[in-house]
Amino acid sequence: MSQAERAAEAEQTQTKYLGFWIYLMTDCILFASVFATYIVLRENTFGGPGGGELFDMPFVLIQTLLLLTSSFVCGLALLAARARKKAAVIGWLIATFIFGAAFLVLELSEFIKLIGEGHGWQASAFLSSFFTLVGLHGAHIAVGLLWLVVIVWQIMRLGFTAGTTRRLTLFSLFWHFLDVIWICIFTIVYLMGVL
Amino acid sequence: MNLDWALGRLTLDALPQELVTQGGAVLMILSGLAVVAALFYFKRWRWLWRWLTSLDAKKIGVMYVVVAVIMMLRGLADALMIRAQQALAAGDSTGLFSSDTVQQVFSAHGTIMIFFVAMGLMFGLINLVLPLMLGARDVAFPFVNSVSFWLFAVGMVLANVSLVLGGFSPGGWLGYPPLTEMAYNPGPGVDYWIWALQIAGVGSLLSGINFLVTILKKRAPGMTLMKMPLFAWSILVTTLLIIFAFPILTATLGMLSLDRLMDMHFFTSDGGGNPMMYINLIWAWGHPEVYILVLPAFGIFSEVVATFSRKKLFGYGTMVWALFGITFLSFIVWLHHFFTMGAGANVNAFFGITTMIIAIPTGVKIFNWIFTMYRGRVRFSVPMLWFMAFVITFTIGGVSGVLMSVPAIDFQVHNSLFLVAHFHNVIIGGVIFGFFAGLNYWFPKVFGFTLHEGLGKLSVYAWIVGFMVAFLPLYALGLMGVTRRLDHYTDPGGWQVLFIVAGVGVLIIALGAGLQILQLIVSIWQRKKRRDTTGDPWDGRTLEWSVPSPAPFYNFAITPKVTERDAFWEQKEAIKRHEKQEKPKYQSIMLPKNSSIGLIVGGFAFCIGFGLIWHMWWLVALGLVGVIVCVIVRCSNDTVEYELSATELEKFDKQYRRQHA
Repeated sequence: MSQAERAAEAEQTQTKYLGFWIYLMTDCILFASVFATYIVLRENTFGGPGGGELFDMPFVLIQTLLLLTSSFVCGLALLAARARKKAAVIGWLIATFIFGAAFLVLELSEFIKLIGEGHGWQASAFLSSFFTLVGLHGAHIAVGLLWLVVIVWQIMRLGFTAGTTRRLTLFSLFWHFLDVIWICIFTIVYLMGVL
Repeated sequence: MNLDWALGRLTLDALPQELVTQGGAVLMILSGLAVVAALFYFKRWRWLWRWLTSLDAKKIGVMYVVVAVIMMLRGLADALMIRAQQALAAGDSTGLFSSDTVQQVFSAHGTIMIFFVAMGLMFGLINLVLPLMLGARDVAFPFVNSVSFWLFAVGMVLANVSLVLGGFSPGGWLGYPPLTEMAYNPGPGVDYWIWALQIAGVGSLLSGINFLVTILKKRAPGMTLMKMPLFAWSILVTTLLIIFAFPILTATLGMLSLDRLMDMHFFTSDGGGNPMMYINLIWAWGHPEVYILVLPAFGIFSEVVATFSRKKLFGYGTMVWALFGITFLSFIVWLHHFFTMGAGANVNAFFGITTMIIAIPTGVKIFNWIFTMYRGRVRFSVPMLWFMAFVITFTIGGVSGVLMSVPAIDFQVHNSLFLVAHFHNVIIGGVIFGFFAGLNYWFPKVFGFTLHEGLGKLSVYAWIVGFMVAFLPLYALGLMGVTRRLDHYTDPGGWQVLFIVAGVGVLIIALGAGLQILQLIVSIWQRKKRRDTTGDPWDGRTLEWSVPSPAPFYNFAITPKVTERDAFWEQKEAIKRHEKQEKPKYQSIMLPKNSSIGLIVGGFAFCIGFGLIWHMWWLVALGLVGVIVCVIVRCSNDTVEYELSATELEKFDKQYRRQHA
């Protein structure tokens, strides 16, 4: 690798981190718009039940703990990557995947339960915005899980190159960001819904 | 055989039923076929492929401008149809077109002019000059740039495919619900509108991120933020606006689409939906969008006025602060688009006052430009004429805007032609005149020869006269109570005459556009004679003029060092003072390889959009999987650049300078 290539690569890494941070902020505004809509529409239950009657808080707490654990384990993977321990990184990433996937399965089962009881998204403006907001977060989690699979595959194949470490760092930013969003959902949708 | 699974709701009924739409569709298909035939005849496929897969910002910029100019002709044709209809459809006459067609033409005109003309010209010009101005070799993310362009192009294609298959939205350029909900508009038109905007909007968002990072990370050494050309500043705040505003558009269109596709109740009139939520959200994006369009035009004028007055820009610091003032204020005025919502006097007063305050930083800018001209050695070239046309029209438009910021007055003229006249006054007079100035100004840098001055000047005169004739009557009509988007009216006296005058005005504007096309053709014809051998045809001030015209693909063989504002002007002054110049030392550089993935992503995005419009779910799935695979393939390739060594670069650069001097 020539000097020009190395210099270009180092500069590119910094540039990509900045670009990704800005992307995350745009995602934040995307969520903010849907949050705002949810807050406006959450009383519009069209005669159906509101959040207080529908939400199962212990269940949501388990979901929250699963996602936070997943994020913590992702942090451990990053520490292992800094120490260049390939096996440990892959192990922690698989754990991240399992916790994240478990979260998603619980979320889907909550959705299926609600729909089964006749509280699908067609029922009222409140339920439309609930499914959209929580579902948007879930879709992000699903994308993250796919990203995780690709990273594990790339690290197994290529080891720690500038490209793979960069993508791993960006993934962890993304994953922690989804945690923050979930905390807002937990507070605004669930906690304020049952209060 | 039942093909519903494959074709969704697409049937033969989707083909155009009316003569005018059939004509438009046939014309579009024929011109497409003519382009394909020409490519075969001249054996230019390989050349075309190199363009389409290029990651060079300058080439991407040219492609944006080409798309935008073609779309401007389409938008102008729509405008002519609107004017013809309104000039004729009074009393017993129903005019030329059915009311459904007229409503579609209104929506298409607005949507195309804003998203595919104004946005296209803006991104085109940014791509063409921003990296050069900053002394950078390219944008921060050349590949993302190509994806952005292709998403923009796919949005454009979807908006135009509606002409052949299914028709466009009759719901206006902002598609207010509940009119655009399934209950009232079950056809594909609204879906065309949603997905054309949604896909192009994602492209715009990516461009916004890309250019912001370019400005923050790619400036030449020594160019601190406060030493940037003002055009770069205007793009910096524009990208901030894009980053804050476009996610709101994505969310809003997404929710409207969920209402339509999944029977949700965000903005419906039943099920607890709240249409006013949509109006709030769309304007929380829509108002900043106005400034997304006009701030780059302000940036262009800042460069043009300084260059053609041979003076440094008056009040650089206040110009920057004015940009930030406008940026901030543009986010707290959205409610002035619907004072009639009934939010109450206090809320309306707040938004009325914030709206009025925007006139202050804008006024600061107008005065700074005029002070820049003061005691300058002004050359009245075409870009400068556009500037002066802009000052007049934009000021009239701004004043009518301040008038409407008074809620009591707005209640009278809300949704009338007074408003239509106002926003054309600021968008044509501000945005479009600005971009025309920019195209005339930077054309030699991109193509290596200057545009014909005489024809350029004639086109300015045609545009400004046509503009006044077309839009001043609309103010009067608005005050007489004419609402927007009328396809027919019973003339109580005096309306039709003014509509006919406005129609003549649009014909004069069309003449102006024709003169511009002629200007381009004549200039290409005389390109050998009009060659720019200096690289600096206007005695420019900023770095883009320091490289040969057309700019080489690597922009700068040697990264420039900046010590002052107007860096190139200072370099020229230093040479005049016989200061010793550093001997150029070439270093090897990295450049992006061409990539076809942006184009392929665009193709799959088209599948997603088209599938969602016609409920062809297999096509949506194919498109989604395709996009994901493209991203993974691109992310698995870490050798996306190639190296140009110092010796190769030196050889190439010296040869290039010989050829273009």
